[in-house]
Amino acid sequence: MTTNENKDQFRPTDHENDHFLLTTVVGSYPKPKWLNRAKELYEDPDHGFDEDDYREAKDDAARLITNEHERAGLDVVVDGEMRRNEMVEFFAHRIEGYEFNGPVKVWGHNYFDKPSVVTDVEYDESWLVDEYEFTAAATDRPVKVPITGPYTLASWSFNEAYEDDAELAYDLADLVNEEIEKLVEAGARYIQIDEPALATTPDDHAIVGEALEHIVADIPEDVRIGLHVCYGDYSRIYPEILEFPVDEFDLELANGDYDQLDVFKDPEFTKDLALGVTDVHVGEAESVEQIERNILKGLEVVPPEQLVLSPDCGVKLLDREVAYGKMANMVEAARNVEAKLDAGEIDVERGAPTPADD
Amino acid sequence: MTEYVSTTTGLFPLPDWAKDDLSDLKGHQKHDLISGDEGGEITAAYEEAREEVIDVQREAGLDRVVEGQLRWDDMLAHPLAVHDAVETHGIVRYYDNNNFYREPVVTDDLDFSGDVASELEATTELVDDDLQAVLPGPYSLAELATDEHYGDEVEFLGAVADFLAGELEAFPAHETLYLLEPSLVEDAPGDGLDERASEAIDRVANATDADVVVQPYWGALEEKVYAHLLDADIDAVGFDFVANQEDNLYNVQEYGATDDVSLGLVDGQSTLVEDADAVRDRVDWVTERVPVSEFETIYLTTNTETFYLPYAKYEEKLAVLADAAELAEVKAA
Repeated sequence: MTTNENKDQFRPTDHENDHFLLTTVVGSYPKPKWLNRAKELYEDPDHGFDEDDYREAKDDAARLITNEHERAGLDVVVDGEMRRNEMVEFFAHRIEGYEFNGPVKVWGHNYFDKPSVVTDVEYDESWLVDEYEFTAAATDRPVKVPITGPYTLASWSFNEAYEDDAELAYDLADLVNEEIEKLVEAGARYIQIDEPALATTPDDHAIVGEALEHIVADIPEDVRIGLHVCYGDYSRIYPEILEFPVDEFDLELANGDYDQLDVFKDPEFTKDLALGVTDVHVGEAESVEQIERNILKGLEVVPPEQLVLSPDCGVKLLDREVAYGKMANMVEAARNVEAKLDAGEIDVERGAPTPADD
Repeated sequence: MTEYVSTTTGLFPLPDWAKDDLSDLKGHQKHDLISGDEGGEITAAYEEAREEVIDVQREAGLDRVVEGQLRWDDMLAHPLAVHDAVETHGIVRYYDNNNFYREPVVTDDLDFSGDVASELEATTELVDDDLQAVLPGPYSLAELATDEHYGDEVEFLGAVADFLAGELEAFPAHETLYLLEPSLVEDAPGDGLDERASEAIDRVANATDADVVVQPYWGALEEKVYAHLLDADIDAVGFDFVANQEDNLYNVQEYGATDDVSLGLVDGQSTLVEDADAVRDRVDWVTERVPVSEFETIYLTTNTETFYLPYAKYEEKLAVLADAAELAEVKAA
């Protein structure tokens, strides 16, 4: 078995198997109902529930969900993004140059406060260092930090200030780089850049690649950088994304029942693959056996030392117990597959696309 | 002398209070979206919101007033999404935007619905004789839908055109009709289908006595598509001069234009509010570069729908359009 130092730094010291399929989450997790209620009270001007009370509620929720990830057995945990409202808004509030003009429609009656970039963006207060330090103090396990990527921050904003979205994305990438430097200083070792907007406009993969060069500039090699992409036509970004300066690609594939798996078999997948093994759009936890079968799909693309397991995407829209069930079953499935790999019971042919014989 | 008419392409954002109220009344999920047979409090909320956006247009001083299509949860796919012969499936992406609509799957004959006509009937009580109707063009509506009934692309396009024509015949009197055709740019019809698309538009346009404007957007039409569109019996062709100036100009220079034109000069997808003088200057910039001595009517509009905008910015954009048309009128006189 070959080693993968960057991934193995997250291997628990008491890991039970020789093989190690790192289990983690993409980031978001269902908020406890009381946290939403606390937010309503905080936003209600007639109520005495103040900012300190709301911060305490968020702290409690962050501890609770971090602990829930531990209980599920995840090797790398997140706080479930308990302090974040929406993946663009949260960051735009912390970046100089953004302004908010009110909610806009995404679909149906789902809205978000799409911000406008009105002047050059600048780094002001830290975005995530407090969140990271709090979570890291609440657990002994390694903590992953998801950050919305600059291309998505640019694409999902109104751009009033820059010549084009690419220029805006590069400037934002420099700010992400600054934030990662501070996170690394605070002890963070695992950063995930989320770029869902790449699915909308896959032809812009070169912009995402260039932005990532800005992001990783002067970041130590051993800091693990992942890129999360979801719900797109991957054939339009692969193999080009292999050139990106990241260690891992976190990909949604369970939702399409791995119908895009072959895309990643040729040419050879040279990065680590964080494979989506549970579908976040299915409202019940997949069985351990089902997830084991899904894990084997990943082994058709990469050897075990390059494989990481996570849900397809953030699980925040699921019922909390369903979300928990998916995590726990995923971890159990991972340990089962590891044991079978140790015992030499798994024989998966890797690389060549499988002919469509069914 | 050219008449300048300020207008919009409809599909407005809901006022913020209506976003909240209707979220609470309807819910956030796929099955909570508009069904076409809603009633009670939901209808009342939409009526109040409709009055509000009509007031906004009045106060801005627009020359044409639209209903606003605040019920159109599925954007341009709405007329099919609420149709009895259509099932709505999963949520799919709306062109290249971070917006989604329910995929309408046509499973039976597209007979008369009357959904849009009843919206416009309700509007006639609130407007004078400057009502403008807005519909998806037949090509775009067909492209946004999935056909599981007609079985043939051309036949389906014809059925959608017949359906829209039937709806249009039930409309109350209106001064202008805008047919929005972004798919003519985004999913341009190939050889043969470009001609069919033009015929389909012709079929719809002939179902009204109003002036008909066909507004493609998110770029310029391919040359052949443009040339075929000019064969349709329409009063004005529209141009998205926000997304593409060069190719739109080229089309007019090469193939001419209708006697009336619609210029999309105000960006329906940017919160940066244009200056009315600058918009007027851009009208001059266009007219100086085309080989047409004088257009009879120039409609000034946003390039796209405006539901992408925060409500306050949408209001500002409407005022800019009205001011720009007035400035152009003064200057021309």
